[in-house]
Amino acid sequence: MIKIALPKGRLGEKVYALFEAAGYECPSIRENNRKLIFENPEKQVCYFWVKPSDVPVYVERGAADVGVAGKDILLEHGPDVYELLDLGLGRCRMAVAAPEGFRDSGERTLKVATKFANIARRYYAEQGRDIDIIPLNGSIELAPLLGLSDVIVDIVETGTTLRENRLAVVETILPISARLIANQASWRFKADALVPLVRKLEGTVEAND
Amino acid sequence: MNERLLKREEKAVFALRELYTAYGYRPFKMGKFESYDFYARNKEFLVSDRIIAFSDTDGRLLALKPDVTLSIVRSLRDEDGTDCGCKQKVCYNENVYRVSGGTRQYKEILQTGLECVGDLDLYDLFEAVLLAAKSLEAISPSYVLEISHLGVLHALLDGCGGSEAFRREAAGYVAGKNAHDLRRACAREGIPPEQAEKLCGFVGVSGERKQVLAELETLCGDSAREALDCLRTLSNLLDALPQSDRIRFDFSLVNDMNYYDGIVFKGFLDGVCEGVLSGGQYGRLMRRMGKRADAVGFALYLDLLEELPREEEPYDVDVLLLYGERTDPASVAKAVNDLTSHGKTVSAQRGIPPKLRAREVIRMEEGQGTV
Repeated sequence: MIKIALPKGRLGEKVYALFEAAGYECPSIRENNRKLIFENPEKQVCYFWVKPSDVPVYVERGAADVGVAGKDILLEHGPDVYELLDLGLGRCRMAVAAPEGFRDSGERTLKVATKFANIARRYYAEQGRDIDIIPLNGSIELAPLLGLSDVIVDIVETGTTLRENRLAVVETILPISARLIANQASWRFKADALVPLVRKLEGTVEAND
Repeated sequence: MNERLLKREEKAVFALRELYTAYGYRPFKMGKFESYDFYARNKEFLVSDRIIAFSDTDGRLLALKPDVTLSIVRSLRDEDGTDCGCKQKVCYNENVYRVSGGTRQYKEILQTGLECVGDLDLYDLFEAVLLAAKSLEAISPSYVLEISHLGVLHALLDGCGGSEAFRREAAGYVAGKNAHDLRRACAREGIPPEQAEKLCGFVGVSGERKQVLAELETLCGDSAREALDCLRTLSNLLDALPQSDRIRFDFSLVNDMNYYDGIVFKGFLDGVCEGVLSGGQYGRLMRRMGKRADAVGFALYLDLLEELPREEEPYDVDVLLLYGERTDPASVAKAVNDLTSHGKTVSAQRGIPPKLRAREVIRMEEGQGTV
């Protein structure tokens, strides 16, 4: 049985559809109930929904054999897992945004509000820029508007929220998309099941592209 | 001795000590503390740069050991016999103190392993791999030992000719079996398409040894000749072992490129979510520490064995022996002695402890001392 951790939410629905198209369907997952774990013994799969940022934890600790997580989460937490496929879903970018017309003179410490402290720290360390990280968990866009920070480091999908709040992307850090990850021990002991799964998903992703 | 009472890691310590000493590895006992300065100077070789430090009574800054190999390498001197075909072989069983990757908190890790330092040859590498496989086998029959050689990755990266930062980034992608991001990094770095394709084709090369060697021959035969010859000879030697099928090649094993420079290996047990054994040839570390000799070794992380499924004992004791306030203590002692001499575990109590699970309850007659 392959244990699969799916990220809750819109991305998770798309991810499940991809697994389904690859031949790993589990009809009970579409039933409207409060079950947490869904199994299809015939296909030897077991799915469960978890908070997106928790997917790498389930996979790294072996509670799930494989899972799907955004590249942002993988870079932020650095789990010791295999990253086997770029599923091409949930495409967006990690970017630095600031109030329109903002200019970083480099003369003083840059105040950076973000949920992604490690990514921001690494990005500015490569530039040798002195920064002060302001860790926030939500509504990051508010921080520069109220003078809490100079800039934000956050995920930008369409840029609508930024525009509506008179913020603009000043630098793109990296592109983001959903990745298939695997537990290192599962990859060894369940290779007979996992290798075909990855090949079929790869085929489905290529067909979608 | 009743082996049932031993925890899995305690059994492993005995079995592995027996295994290593049978191959001439001398037990090595080191001090609990090292000078903090020693680790500060060699931080790049540590798994984590967080070290627990404290002041000694004379004001010197000391540290709880975060690593064993560094201390062993420092203590072994070239003049003690590490040239002209001689080797120093030591094994150990020590606690190290590191920040755990998952919890980001300090953890005490019980580590057992061995080091072979000196004028190494292929037999020494074979012996290290053999003992790694036998170590895993001593703990569980369901295990896998995977081997790689850093010379192959270095040859492919040399062929690409990218910057030092690109080499580090690419090694990370190889370790994560991540061909998609490696392809993007190659394009960004301007790596020639033919070299980039070879490097990306290298990602995920793993499996049965002969098949992998054939794949690598096509991919990078001449440029990685020395590494491939070493692996081929090693593989031929391993063919004769009963453990042969459980020893595979996996080139995503990159381990620490600051530390290792030849073969590297990692061991997995079914039921444990991460590698329990890690090791390899660390000539690079030796040279950086001013040693002439080469070295190979490995460590097993025994704390991870707690993850292996175990059968829960249905009872805490065989007998709960209940006696009264007026029972003669000598008769309690005799009853306990009678039961334990028949191989039973006994808890003598005046009341019934709420959480104690006893297979059998024996009540002593009040005042009489009879059972």
